Amino acid sequence: MKVIKHSFDGVIVGAGGAGLRAAIEAAPHMKLAVITKLYPTRSHTGAAQGGMSAALANVEEDNWNWHAFDTVKGSDYLADQPAVDILCKEAIDAVIELEHWGLPFSRLDNGKIAQRRFGGHTVKEGTAPAFRACYAADRTGHMILQTLYQKCVSMGVTFFDEFQVLDIKIEDGICQGVVAYELATGDIHIFETRAVTFATGGFGKIFKVSSNAHSLTGDGPGILYQKGIPLEDMEFYQFHPTGIYRLGILLSEAARGEGGILRNKDGERFMERYAPSIKDLAPRDMVSRAIATEISAGNGAGPDSDYVYLDLTHLGAETIKKKLPDITDFVRTYVKIEPIEEPIPVQPTAHYAMGGIPTDVNSRVLSDEKGTVLPGVYAAGEAACVSVHGANRLGTNSLLDIVVFGKRAGQSMVDYVTQTKPNQLSDNASNDLTKKITNLVEKEHTNEFSVAKIRKDLQDSMEENAKIFRTKETLEKQTEILEELRERYENVTIYDKGKVHNSELVEAIELDYLLDMSEATVSSALARNESRGAHSRQDFPDRDDTNFMKHSFAFKNENSANLKYRDVELGKYEPMERKY
Amino acid sequence: MDVSIKILRYDPESDRKGHWENYIVDAEPEERILDLLHKIKWFEDGSLSFRKSCAHGVCGSDAMVINGENMLACQVLVKEVGNSLKIEPIRGLPVVKDLIVDMEPFFDSYKKVMPYLINEKEPGDRERLQSPEDRDRFEDTTKCILCAACTTSCPVFWTAESYVGPAAIVNAHRFVFDSRDEGSKQRLEILKDVNGAFRCRTAFNCTSACPRGIQVTKAIEDIKRETLLNN
Repeated sequence: MKVIKHSFDGVIVGAGGAGLRAAIEAAPHMKLAVITKLYPTRSHTGAAQGGMSAALANVEEDNWNWHAFDTVKGSDYLADQPAVDILCKEAIDAVIELEHWGLPFSRLDNGKIAQRRFGGHTVKEGTAPAFRACYAADRTGHMILQTLYQKCVSMGVTFFDEFQVLDIKIEDGICQGVVAYELATGDIHIFETRAVTFATGGFGKIFKVSSNAHSLTGDGPGILYQKGIPLEDMEFYQFHPTGIYRLGILLSEAARGEGGILRNKDGERFMERYAPSIKDLAPRDMVSRAIATEISAGNGAGPDSDYVYLDLTHLGAETIKKKLPDITDFVRTYVKIEPIEEPIPVQPTAHYAMGGIPTDVNSRVLSDEKGTVLPGVYAAGEAACVSVHGANRLGTNSLLDIVVFGKRAGQSMVDYVTQTKPNQLSDNASNDLTKKITNLVEKEHTNEFSVAKIRKDLQDSMEENAKIFRTKETLEKQTEILEELRERYENVTIYDKGKVHNSELVEAIELDYLLDMSEATVSSALARNESRGAHSRQDFPDRDDTNFMKHSFAFKNENSANLKYRDVELGKYEPMERKY
Repeated sequence: MDVSIKILRYDPESDRKGHWENYIVDAEPEERILDLLHKIKWFEDGSLSFRKSCAHGVCGSDAMVINGENMLACQVLVKEVGNSLKIEPIRGLPVVKDLIVDMEPFFDSYKKVMPYLINEKEPGDRERLQSPEDRDRFEDTTKCILCAACTTSCPVFWTAESYVGPAAIVNAHRFVFDSRDEGSKQRLEILKDVNGAFRCRTAFNCTSACPRGIQVTKAIEDIKRETLLNN
């Protein structure tokens, strides 16, 4: 195997919104490389639709404190309030900055950035839905990704496209570099560097029905988890209420922000019973649970009574064409119905990991529950857990998270690089990865131990046992299944033995991360004997602030995780019952 | 139902001449062509290579030629193309392996047209204002996902690699008609070149190929007109 060595001051892994925003911050101050397993514009930030919240007050009175209140309440009081303050306060400048870089926001008649309603966002601490989400039709994420990439092109940022980072080198507790696999050639690249940001996105592919791209396999969290770094709040995984039936393709909450209504098989607007004041615009965890409850009560539609309807028919063709063009096109393409005339079959879809690599508010990675900083390693975006989303993220806050904390990751890299000297990494830094690849390539292929079969069994079982509603019983069952899958994975084999674009090889390594993410998720969920935000235990239906106002930290241990905890950082908002 | 799929295979390590391989896949009419390729790769022949990511037509990874036309494999359902399929890599870019082509020349052309907002004026601490009408002027070309379906469907591009191609012109258009941008002069100068917009012969292949429904040929015509007006 050919090994090539590079030397940089800083490396960013992942080129979605968080990685690109970090790059813009860091590139002028250091020799920087952005390494991405896709082309940057293929990143899943581009699939985000509805908007990015900031209290610009372009439509009505608003202020960032109300945004913070909503974010904390939406998080079911698990978010760290000082971090939420940063998110909501810096949101305003973050949006303006993107506009200055060319982001084509939709506009109001007076020329200002347009803003729309979104789930869980209110004015005056819950009085009425707020017009807070800045948007570009229903392709806001696409525009953010394009704008950030365009900015990087104008700055001449160095990219290694279709290179996949598969290992990090930490010596004496200090970052020394990363090792990557070049997809087009099968060559190994050692990147000697003292500052690394992981912005690799989420891991929705642990579930069967998901809005996530095939590439979202938890690579960054997985790499660090295998090095003994804990993962924070992994039991909190968000299911978006409106995925296209069976496919899981996302239909933005903007559809409900613009007035769309959820209906059961009888046409009843059932959200009136679950969230009397803001109804269909309740936060995602509540709406997803409401849908699951309707379905199990026999109120689901269709031959298997397993979906509900998203009804846009009363919005009118003009609003749909102007404000929801992409998602209605998805419906036409994949369901072959006309959403202007017919309601759309939807079901909850695995969407977003609130948990991930623990960081402080400066995106510095923490190596334990006590807050010990891991020098030279940073994380931002969905891969990270600051925590600003707590037990449930509000819609639009992820696009905010990537730019606010992506920028902070870039700044932290600059601080660190200017205070430290270039390091040296030995040529055998690639040995672990080379060995892993050689093992996979040399083992004879058998269908029984194929990547796809193990992965399918993983996704099916996680869907069955660890999705919206969980119990001790389902989680214990899943723990056993994960043990079996881990045993099978030890024997995993691949058919493709080539060097050029051997995506089967890469998928085999990604499956290791998917198993890690699942193990951390299930272990954390099993230990949390309460229901909070997206984590819903039917055997412990209430929130338990006495015992669980704390973040979980899962440390890898064979096939499960050892758990430790850290108290939530409170602020001006006292935990109260979460009603809408 | 059984779907018969013929795929043009190529492997620089073991099959430099390339060959057509036949597969029979059991599929539902509602499945995406990408789902069928996955069935082959995951359960039959792990060496089949193609790019993919989002699987719903927004990331632009999986443009390929399906029954003679450029499409995204994740955006076409079996029932739309029938039970006999022929799949090849997009044309005009060097094939690296199977359905994967070298995208570097494509992105190089994109970068040539200065695809970013140029405006040296201090914008202040609030957003620049833009009327909804001004915003609408370049709405269509903001949708581009850089999948290369348009450029690799263009007969001019097939014969002249030096032509910047429809996608690059679309991305220039997105800024030339943005009221906030002040870099049009430089961009139009680049597109006036022998390898710029005037190489277009309005075959309209690009417009039919665009999976985002962008009026690509119209955008190229807009750029040609703007170039003439600026001269």
